[in-house]
Amino acid sequence: MLKNYIYPEFFVERDLNKCIRCKVCLRQCTYETHKYDAEEDILLSDHEKCVNCQRCVVFCPTRALIIRRNPVEYRKNSNWTQDTIIDLKKQAETGGIVLTGMGSSKPNLTYFDRLLLNASQVTNPSIDPLREPMELMTFLGSKPEKICLKEEIDGINLQTRLTPQLRLETPIMFSAISYGAVSFNVHKSLAQAASESGTFFNTGEGGLDKRLYRYGKNTIVQVASGRFGVHKDYLNIAAAVEIKIGQGAKPGIGGHLPGEKVTEDISETRMIPVGTDALSPAPQHDIYSIEDLSQLIYALKEATNYEKPISVKIAAVHNVAAIASGIVRAGADIVAIDGVRGATGAAPKVIRDNVGIPIELAIASVDQRLRDEGIRNRASIVAAGGIKSSADVVKIIALGADAVYIATAALVAMGCTVCQKCHTGKCPWGIATMDPYIAKRINPDIGAERLTNLLKGWSLEIKEMMGGMGINAIESLRGNRLALRGVALNSHELKTLGIRLAGN
Amino acid sequence: MFDSIGNLLTPSEFSKICENTKCQITDHSAKIDVSGVHYRDLNETLQNLVKAKIKRISLNNVHGQRYIGTSLKGKIEITIDGTAGNDLGAFMDGPEIHVYGNAQDGCGNTVNSGEIAVHGSAGDITGYAMRGGRLFIKGSVGYRAGIHMKEYGENQPIMVIGETAGDFLGEYMAGGTIVLLGLNLEKDQSHRSLHVGTGMHGGRIYVHGKITGLGKEAIIQKLDEQDRLFLKPLLTDFCKYFGYDKDHITNLYCYKIIPNSERPYGRLYAY
Amino acid sequence: MNIWKLNNPHNDPKVIDACSLFGMMDLTGQRFNAKDPVRAIANMHERGNGLGGGFAVYGLYPDFEEYFALHIMYTELEAKKKIESQLEKWFDVIKSEEVPSREANVRDPPIIWRYFVYPKQDYTPQSQEDYIVKKVMKINTETGKAFVFSSGKNMAVFKGVGYPEDVADFFNLEEYYGYLWTCHGRFPTNTPGWWGGAHPFNILDWTVVHNGELSSYDANRRYLEMFGYNCTMQTDTEVLAYAYDLLMRKQRLPVEITAKILAPNLWNEIEEMNENERKLHTTLRQTYGGLLMNGPFSIVVARHGQMIGMTDRIKLRPLIGGMKGNRLYLSSEESAIRLIAPNLDKCWMPRGGGAIVGRLGSTEIKKIIAPEAVIC
Repeated sequence: MLKNYIYPEFFVERDLNKCIRCKVCLRQCTYETHKYDAEEDILLSDHEKCVNCQRCVVFCPTRALIIRRNPVEYRKNSNWTQDTIIDLKKQAETGGIVLTGMGSSKPNLTYFDRLLLNASQVTNPSIDPLREPMELMTFLGSKPEKICLKEEIDGINLQTRLTPQLRLETPIMFSAISYGAVSFNVHKSLAQAASESGTFFNTGEGGLDKRLYRYGKNTIVQVASGRFGVHKDYLNIAAAVEIKIGQGAKPGIGGHLPGEKVTEDISETRMIPVGTDALSPAPQHDIYSIEDLSQLIYALKEATNYEKPISVKIAAVHNVAAIASGIVRAGADIVAIDGVRGATGAAPKVIRDNVGIPIELAIASVDQRLRDEGIRNRASIVAAGGIKSSADVVKIIALGADAVYIATAALVAMGCTVCQKCHTGKCPWGIATMDPYIAKRINPDIGAERLTNLLKGWSLEIKEMMGGMGINAIESLRGNRLALRGVALNSHELKTLGIRLAGN
Repeated sequence: MFDSIGNLLTPSEFSKICENTKCQITDHSAKIDVSGVHYRDLNETLQNLVKAKIKRISLNNVHGQRYIGTSLKGKIEITIDGTAGNDLGAFMDGPEIHVYGNAQDGCGNTVNSGEIAVHGSAGDITGYAMRGGRLFIKGSVGYRAGIHMKEYGENQPIMVIGETAGDFLGEYMAGGTIVLLGLNLEKDQSHRSLHVGTGMHGGRIYVHGKITGLGKEAIIQKLDEQDRLFLKPLLTDFCKYFGYDKDHITNLYCYKIIPNSERPYGRLYAY
Repeated sequence: MNIWKLNNPHNDPKVIDACSLFGMMDLTGQRFNAKDPVRAIANMHERGNGLGGGFAVYGLYPDFEEYFALHIMYTELEAKKKIESQLEKWFDVIKSEEVPSREANVRDPPIIWRYFVYPKQDYTPQSQEDYIVKKVMKINTETGKAFVFSSGKNMAVFKGVGYPEDVADFFNLEEYYGYLWTCHGRFPTNTPGWWGGAHPFNILDWTVVHNGELSSYDANRRYLEMFGYNCTMQTDTEVLAYAYDLLMRKQRLPVEITAKILAPNLWNEIEEMNENERKLHTTLRQTYGGLLMNGPFSIVVARHGQMIGMTDRIKLRPLIGGMKGNRLYLSSEESAIRLIAPNLDKCWMPRGGGAIVGRLGSTEIKKIIAPEAVIC
């Protein structure tokens, strides 16, 4: 074993005057950072173990704890940053791939903050969402180019039958978070909240625990490369089926659930032995080319009797517009695109931070390409990847998305502080862990309440922004690029986004 | 005839009166044909007539001239024959206006005091932000009538509507009274107005006839003795203006719509 | 001078205007002249600012009723030469002449000509119309110095920069007779006005006059561009004209359905409907969400045999309908109707999202799906 050359990243500062020795911090920390010295009647902290998850800080009744960045720092260097140096040393020590969790924290990958929204002034009135109707209802699925009517005795009736659609009360859904990456209680919170809010949650690639079948009406089940938990019941209780080609956090590579997280429940749901690593291959091994995708889409349509929309999820990569066009022509009802800021339970850090493109650029170019080809109506587009506020939702819909998937935001609502240690399986908030003792810390009813509150708050904010623009139906925001202006963007960026510079 | 008013006005004001209009002036009243007269000339003429102590003015062939009554103060009676233009009596303070015909949009907009009786219907945003005065409409009104009416102390605006109203009646009402009589409804027919009283936080709406589209902030209650005492004189005046039978009208079954909270949005904002 | 620059000198993403509307139709097809429509629109002088006025007249070229009457504005003679040679290639040009006009209080009139044409090859009537639409889009996008502002049979648009009564004066409108007239007075807020940007907007025999602003404009424009329409004048009204053409002419949807696509019922109203209606309305909204017209609007749309008045779903703009004998009137203000027809048989204000439809040959006025809110 080589000596560890890395100093602790964080430093636990305890105000001994405020500390009442209640030992809540000791019990709450899953990394065994705090220890009680009975003789001296003092609580000590091993800074080495601290990951800055803020659990002890939040639960300390006297607010005696502060977690700081360790003041020992390497000399400032824009190329050889602290992060870079630490990763190099980790690799030298282990010879392995440096893992991490959640989404990329690198700067300059977010365009949302350089997009600004419009409001009505004089030429067009604002609409007050508190008092006048404001409609967020969204339907995801394939729409025809036109409808056919027939004359009948009782009047004009509809002849066209639409292909299956998902009905959302608000254009926000919970993105794929796999069972195994998170505990059962988290899945249940998501399912419950989706059900109460009239939207959907996505099972992720780990399958669906039987106990959640009752939420089937609000569930999108995923068929990923490992095909975990994919069987007839799984497909049939769901509202929609999503073929996972890739995700924003780790485009192009497979998934890895460490054996430590494969408990009895996971074993039953994923149908692999307890304690083995759950490996998801990189490609789906029956999709090596676009026509194979079409074949799988129709296989699933047959398996579900053409009663459910089929979604295809891809990571946003360089030729995403052409790929999306292919997916639409292959028969998908929904195309879900996950940008570079997408999160994960575990991924190689170098892939998370360097592979993939921002979702804003991806959606803008996919939406324009599908319109240029005259096929935009054939599939709905769902955007994912670091969507962090209701303003982001409005902006991405204006760029062309029909709806969004949120995951990081949902987990933050439940307690996550984005400490990026999900891959250890020791999440003290009870979220990214399969340890039953810690997982108990998420009470599904409370988790669901927090999630429902999040959706409610965002929906109200979206209505306010729409009303401010003089729009009272989300159809009028979709693809309405004139609702956006850019700042601090060069002309190519503006052109790709299809928007003007503010002031123009 | 003109001598009596001649000394109250400057020569240009005096000539302006009958320059563009065909006028007949007797004692304290004037009759003017306003076909083809622009509203600015019309309203300036009215001002000059008022200055000349004319108390009763009758306007014929009104065809959409705006802001009639706006610039006038005090007790003047104006009769309009034709279609009153937008913003009839907007911001007015005191005059009494009778319209034999219909009024358009904005009738009674932000009225301070005075009286308007329309022997016909009125358009959208009738009585917007009224803060006093009384508005009697024989027929119906359009959308957003009585929106943001307010009251304070003795300033109590009233709007009585004989037939029905469009959506958003009494939106954001903060005070004052609206009476909706539904006299045109067939038996068992409801008012088709939706979102009635949405955002209400003060005031009251008395209704005869069923309302199916009540706003979230409003609730329905039965009338009490105070309501009845308050309503009676209003209905009596309504009948007086439009020739209805007082006994019939004052005995119509009415209920009231009031806000269900003074602070309907108190819990909406976080932190 | 390039038309797009003329029409939109500050390169605003959209030209904004507000206005007055008037429509008058004799339901038996009897033709009448300009006097009443012009008096009515002039009565609403306050709603415009003199930077635009226009008229659509139906039935005015009875001797040429078989031919498409292309009316084209040119900013320079060079463009006229070029376009005319193309017209000769595409069409049999039966007659061509400058549109008669006189001196009037209007600003900088362009060169305005009209051509009575017929497609050179044999097409079915539907494809003849598609052919005309295609050629019109081509002329409008090609040189930047020519604009086809009217392209229907036996109908014409007359419009320009000036108050509507002055535009009527300029074009000698008193000499024309039609059974359906629509009129518009414009109040543009961000351009000094170019002749082509005034209303009515036209494609084939569709004309639209519009009061209000579409907050959904870009969503609507991008949806229509998928079907081959180019929105060159960058105004909301253009998008409305193309929407009617797509839905009613190409997709042959009846006017009731079209109204429900452009101004759909609210979801909470749809919930209350019976099963068939609920399915229909839900499917319409799902399929045609890109054509939902949001923002305040009142419009009068016309084509041969039909005049349609519509407002937005929450009635932010005024519209009044009136009937006297065989005449149907639509107006932004009631006073304009009463000026020319003081004693109406019927008068009403439509519900938000509702449409009033007058059809040739029938004195029964259709009030779409949600009948009148109030009667005046």
